[in-house]
Amino acid sequence: MTPLPDAESLYAELRKLVAEAIARLPQGSVHLIGIRSGGAWLAERMHRDLNLEGRPGALNISFYRDDFDRIGLHHQVQPTEIPFEVEGRHLILVDDVLYTGRTIRGAMNEIFDYGRPASIQLAVLIDRGGRQLPVAASICAARVDVPEHVTINLNQEGDRFTITLEEAHGA
Amino acid sequence: MARNPQLNRHGELVHLLTLDGLPRDIITHILDTAEAFVPLTEREIKKVPLLRGKSVFNLFFENSTRTRTTFEIAAKRLSADVYNLNINVSSTAKGETLLDTIRNLSAMQADLFVVRHSASGAPHLIARHVAPHVHVINAGDGWHAHPTQGLLDMYTIRHYKRDFSSLRVAIVGDVMHSRVARSDILALTTLGVPEVRVIGPKTLLPGGLEHLGVRVFHDMREGLRDVDVIIMLRLQNERMRGALLPSAQEYFKYYGLTPEKLALAKPDAIVMHPGPMNRGVEIDSPVADGKQAVILNQVTFGIAVRMAVMSIVAGTSNT
Repeated sequence: MTPLPDAESLYAELRKLVAEAIARLPQGSVHLIGIRSGGAWLAERMHRDLNLEGRPGALNISFYRDDFDRIGLHHQVQPTEIPFEVEGRHLILVDDVLYTGRTIRGAMNEIFDYGRPASIQLAVLIDRGGRQLPVAASICAARVDVPEHVTINLNQEGDRFTITLEEAHGA
Repeated sequence: MARNPQLNRHGELVHLLTLDGLPRDIITHILDTAEAFVPLTEREIKKVPLLRGKSVFNLFFENSTRTRTTFEIAAKRLSADVYNLNINVSSTAKGETLLDTIRNLSAMQADLFVVRHSASGAPHLIARHVAPHVHVINAGDGWHAHPTQGLLDMYTIRHYKRDFSSLRVAIVGDVMHSRVARSDILALTTLGVPEVRVIGPKTLLPGGLEHLGVRVFHDMREGLRDVDVIIMLRLQNERMRGALLPSAQEYFKYYGLTPEKLALAKPDAIVMHPGPMNRGVEIDSPVADGKQAVILNQVTFGIAVRMAVMSIVAGTSNT
């Protein structure tokens, strides 16, 4: 198991890589979309720190999960909000931890129900491996190795991020 | 104590049969889920894939184009396959029993039955006899219950008033024959509305209403004073024939909602109606089309609420 990274320095790295990616895309055509809840916090803060125009999007993918038949509907926290046109835009999809790839698949399915984007890049704070689908991050601040029964949680306290590890239930 | 037939042993919702005895956290969960479905109407593609591959059978033993259509739209927006059956004109006319009809449809791999029946308790009977993976939603049974209408009314009230804990709500009209009124009273009480009023002529109010915790008024002007929400009920024409009421004109004079009577409620009071409306009988056109009426929004919210109920029960195991 690799040592627990410092969330603020990971965030600074992610922000730098995202800023570089935006600079390579046509000006004014890029939007950030965060996956609730951790990814949405990251997208919101990057949107502010990078002085981007408009508002970032936030996805709640519970209507697109592939485990509905096994575990039913998740309790709703906040719905999806995409306050811009998706059609023809370059999107940077933001999440905190990339693991099986199933969340990203659900997120992409949901995005396409809003329109056909010109491109989607995936930016994640942490890639922990363990992929079950052919999904890869275009931007990643760190790769870490943690045992399967451990969950990595991003927390937001005020305007600062922290990362904690949690033993999964039943482990 | 017998277990609530609509909950599994973990207390989760597997069927929606009545709002009677339905815990507050389940009602709130349904309303929260519906809120997440409302923004779908703004999207390019108004569907989500939750019920892909599932078969929803709309079993209407009693006609109701509007309710059936909203259930159909809700199921289709969840990507289910929908089959509409008007049973009163097919099997039962040939003498098939209700349970035989259900067994036949179950053999066609139904996952969810939406049932409207003129006999109170028919959806309960069906729910007791379906396989564990099959779910039942009551779309109105006799004079008993219309739980999704009750829930969409609660959604509408929460949308406009945010908080139930300081509201005065008046339900006006034919409470006796109204499954909507019964479902509304139960839900309002469960959600903690401190004052529910019922307004109507003695012949259209059932006895024992006080036991449900409501205040009864026969004078509409007195009953509407300072209320936040007015729920008007549809007056069914057959009541006039049954000698319960003298005439539609007479009813309108005493219990029709006119701008002048509406002015007695709070200035920001909302006016609701489950539809279809009888203009000039229970509601005056200037009120029905006025700023305070939220009747068409109820219809829109109704689709989101039915999507919420369907997706919650379909995702809950009955074992």
